[in-house]
Amino acid sequence: MYDMYRENILDHAKNMRNRGLLRPCDIEFEGENPLCGDHLHLTLRVDENQRITDVGWEGAGCAISQASASMLGEQILGKTLEEARAIGKEDVFEMLGIPLSANRVKCALLGLKVLKVGAYGLADWQKTEDEE
Amino acid sequence: MNKNAFLYDYDVEKVRADFPILQQEHHAGVPLVYLDNAASSQKPLPVIAALDDYYRRYNANVHRGIHKLSEEATAAYEDARLKVKRFINAGSKREVIFTRGTTESINLVAQTWGRANLGRGDVVVATMMEHHSNIVPWQILAAEKGFTIRYVPVLRDGTLDLRAYDRYLHEENVKLVTVMHTSNMLGTVNPVQAMAQQAHNAGAVVVVDGAQSTPHMPVDMQALNVDFFAFSGHKMCGPTGIGVLYGKRALLEAMPPWMGGGDMISRVTLEGSTWNELPYKFEAGTPIIAGAIGLGYAIDYLSAVGMEKIQAHEREIGAYALERLAEVPGVTVYGPEAGQKGAVAAFTLQGIHAHDVAQILDAEGVAVRAGHHCAMPLHDHFGIPATARASFYLYNTMAEVDALIAGLYKAKQAFAV
Repeated sequence: MYDMYRENILDHAKNMRNRGLLRPCDIEFEGENPLCGDHLHLTLRVDENQRITDVGWEGAGCAISQASASMLGEQILGKTLEEARAIGKEDVFEMLGIPLSANRVKCALLGLKVLKVGAYGLADWQKTEDEE
Repeated sequence: MNKNAFLYDYDVEKVRADFPILQQEHHAGVPLVYLDNAASSQKPLPVIAALDDYYRRYNANVHRGIHKLSEEATAAYEDARLKVKRFINAGSKREVIFTRGTTESINLVAQTWGRANLGRGDVVVATMMEHHSNIVPWQILAAEKGFTIRYVPVLRDGTLDLRAYDRYLHEENVKLVTVMHTSNMLGTVNPVQAMAQQAHNAGAVVVVDGAQSTPHMPVDMQALNVDFFAFSGHKMCGPTGIGVLYGKRALLEAMPPWMGGGDMISRVTLEGSTWNELPYKFEAGTPIIAGAIGLGYAIDYLSAVGMEKIQAHEREIGAYALERLAEVPGVTVYGPEAGQKGAVAAFTLQGIHAHDVAQILDAEGVAVRAGHHCAMPLHDHFGIPATARASFYLYNTMAEVDALIAGLYKAKQAFAV
């Protein structure tokens, strides 16, 4: 159980990387985990080649949702939007590297959801989420 | 009883052994012959055990808890949704909405899609054979919105007047067609696939009441290509209080929610709220957790027996019942010929009111329904106040048909007709 709260998870959760919304920004989306109230707000800047040059998060919620967003932000920085689009559920689980029970999966994936819905649309995200 | 020697592999006694209620006596020394399956079916052991297991071992609310019980309950509830999705071949589990039953499913469509899309000058086409649950919700909305409801007539042979249907579609501004898949009284299996295609060509949305078809035959949403499809768990070996509304995703996405509350929202402020994703947008409040899990086990059970086999078995029973009923002087059966209908026989017995028929049958251990079966317009159409109805399911036997017929002769004897 305490595996879930490894040092790096707590570190990311307490000190979210790339915290602070970007103004102006090119892409922006805000999302909720309605079942427990986690909240994440993402802003991105992209250059003329659609490469992500800046990431800005704001959020509040459980350690898993905030750490996951923090790590995801580091992952996508410098990637093109097309490259970031390929990130799936499994990549996030691997990135976190901790055992997740079913109800925490929603927390862990909130950052990815905000990114995907914001950058590629709801249908794109639901396709990712519904993969069995 | 060589009639029990079917041409297909179906062990009805093995099936019966799974239903505890069928093992009991109806009265002292009189076994139960349960022929009221169109009203509600009996439950097999795995369904009863699943409800017991949920309440004993992992009862908790879903989608909220971090604790193990909630995790297990959530997993079982969502697993049930997946079972339904596969059973009816929906395009996605997001298209499967749990409701209290067929009635609530139809009301949901009326109050969301209907309220948003129907108005003065529009026409809704229903049929004269509809169950009240597929008439009244539209009448309530029509009184408020001012649209017109047209009813496709029923022909003497118990089938729909499809020429009239075609005429409505061509001559009127039809926005929605709502039709039952199988009639709960006549047993008629309506050609919903073809009717849906015609409706779509006319630009109308199609709602199908699948309460009497889903328990008895394979249903495939991709093949039928209807827009909404409603059914109930309790008529298909599942618990009462659980049902399903299937809806095409694009329509469901565009529809406003119906009931407000927990689980259906994404974010609530005192100024307003945003809706949760499908299917949760339409599942406000704590859902029918045990019911959904039970329905999932009922689906497992029916699938293990095999829907095609169940359908074949019922065809045999239904044909035999019609054949035997025809032998009884004074009996009139309503609806199409055997082979064109589900295993249901609504009938009158000359000189004896249906309630009295049912009363005497009950004394003989035979449970049937008597009355108008929530289809008063249909009974008016045939000019009869009430019928007695015997409806069969996967566990019924030829010997039970014989018991029904013996009971009818008892009734005739008692009334001296």
